[in-house]
Amino acid sequence: MLRAGAAIVLLTALAAILGPMLTRFDPAAQDLALRLAGPSLAHPFGLDELGRDILARVLAGARISLIVGLTVVSVSASVGTLLGAMAGYFGGAIDEVISRMVDVLLAFPGLLLAIALVAVLGPSLGHVLFALTLIGWVGYARLVRGQVLRAREFEYVQAARAAGARTPRILWTHVVPTALPAVVVQATLGMAGAIIGEAALSFLGLGVQPPTPSWGTMLNGGRAHLLDAPHLTIFPGLAIALLVLGLNFLGDGLRDATDPKSH
Amino acid sequence: MTRFLVRRLLLTIPVLLGVATLVFSLIHLVPGDPVQAMLGDSATPQDMAELRGRLGFDRPLYVQYAAFLTGVGTLNLGTSLRTNQPVTRAIAERLPATFELAFSAMLVATVIAIPLGIIAAVWAGTRVDHAATTLALLGISIPNFWLGPLMAIVFSVTLGWLPVSGRGTAAHLVLPAITLGAPLAAVLARMTRASVIEELRELYVLAARARGASRARAVLRHAFRNSLIPIVTVLGLQFGAVLTGAVITETIFAWPGVGRLLIQSISFRDYPLVQGCILLIAVTYVGMNLLTDVVYGFLDPRIRVE
Repeated sequence: MLRAGAAIVLLTALAAILGPMLTRFDPAAQDLALRLAGPSLAHPFGLDELGRDILARVLAGARISLIVGLTVVSVSASVGTLLGAMAGYFGGAIDEVISRMVDVLLAFPGLLLAIALVAVLGPSLGHVLFALTLIGWVGYARLVRGQVLRAREFEYVQAARAAGARTPRILWTHVVPTALPAVVVQATLGMAGAIIGEAALSFLGLGVQPPTPSWGTMLNGGRAHLLDAPHLTIFPGLAIALLVLGLNFLGDGLRDATDPKSH
Repeated sequence: MTRFLVRRLLLTIPVLLGVATLVFSLIHLVPGDPVQAMLGDSATPQDMAELRGRLGFDRPLYVQYAAFLTGVGTLNLGTSLRTNQPVTRAIAERLPATFELAFSAMLVATVIAIPLGIIAAVWAGTRVDHAATTLALLGISIPNFWLGPLMAIVFSVTLGWLPVSGRGTAAHLVLPAITLGAPLAAVLARMTRASVIEELRELYVLAARARGASRARAVLRHAFRNSLIPIVTVLGLQFGAVLTGAVITETIFAWPGVGRLLIQSISFRDYPLVQGCILLIAVTYVGMNLLTDVVYGFLDPRIRVE
């Protein structure tokens, strides 16, 4: 499972990087005479409503998805780990403030807050990244807080404190590393969530705007052509499902590898 | 039990207040002048002044906040900018459709997930288990905004068996309910598998077998019954995901519920209605979580003590 997941994610990353070399078509180039044409040898995924090559656009969309996944996960994992570690280690008022913020943000189901934020801020990739990060850090904060609460009582942490180590050093070298395996698993699954989140927002017309080729935007464009050109829907969706499946395989595999209970 | 209930209710109040505050501040996050954004560039100064007065934007922020909270308490969330209909009435009209879809999706999920989870648990580690686990992971990975159109292509366009959109007959409900229920089924199947595997390791299952109970009876009457508590909890906690999923599913199948109303209000910049829909979904979610916690506490006394 771990290997299959890693292979899928690696292949997608390669496709995103080497995209322009894998197809001779520009993702923005239009050939209106061939609009909505189905898959052929020249265009294996067919053409869209403006006669653009869908394979080239799926490859370009992989970049957007990976940029979203990596940005959202790296920022929200860093912020969430820092705030969670502070809440767990210091307790008291700091913990109260951070935990109440977490409670309120968790009171919004899944993507709802992201939909609300992008609705008022306006549709753009930047706002999608902001909204997904704002809902993303909460999971890491709660996870790390719990781990730190446990680690705070470990003897080696108390020994470091007794030896005169300062709080940032204790947190950074002794406490946070105990939470890292769980954070890495969460980050892998969180990346899948961020990619689905961006695609969902773009599908609803609230995310990446045309003509930028995002998988969600492409699926949104395909809705009007379900009857006459289903390939507009099939290929971008397949790309999302495959990458998300790969990340879920990877996350599950990493969890099994790092969780002693699963052995 | 009463102390647990009161404490749990009291803990919900600050969360609800936080939710209301966040929903109130949404409209003030609109870049530039929200009134200008709602009316567009062609609005006259008179129109803008009129709307500003109607929304109370000409009053100090703390007065607006107090008025908003009072409105939430009295179910008066203002009127829709587009239709002039009270927000609560617009939402109430759409609510039955959303609940019909959400509960049908949960039913679909339960019917698929529980047998799948039990089968995977009983044959854990075998090919059957791997197939069931992979199927569940596929269910989680396939986004509903792809599954929905895909099923519409197969069952409506190609086979012509089911209607592609709208609400009315039971046939209209099939595709939206499966689209919304599939990811939940996947999560639930994984939970059922884990929970049943844990129970199957308990001595009372071995004791039941030693007393001569068949394998099926030991699994279904003993292990599965005891693993139901975490399964029901997950089902309750996933209600929020179902409500968010409903926003997308209703958009795909033109299902006239609150989710579709939300997306329509966003495109018309009808912010009072947007706020109302977001508030309703979040409060329903908090309420469902509270109910799940209370039921869990009722079923398992250990939770009440903790």
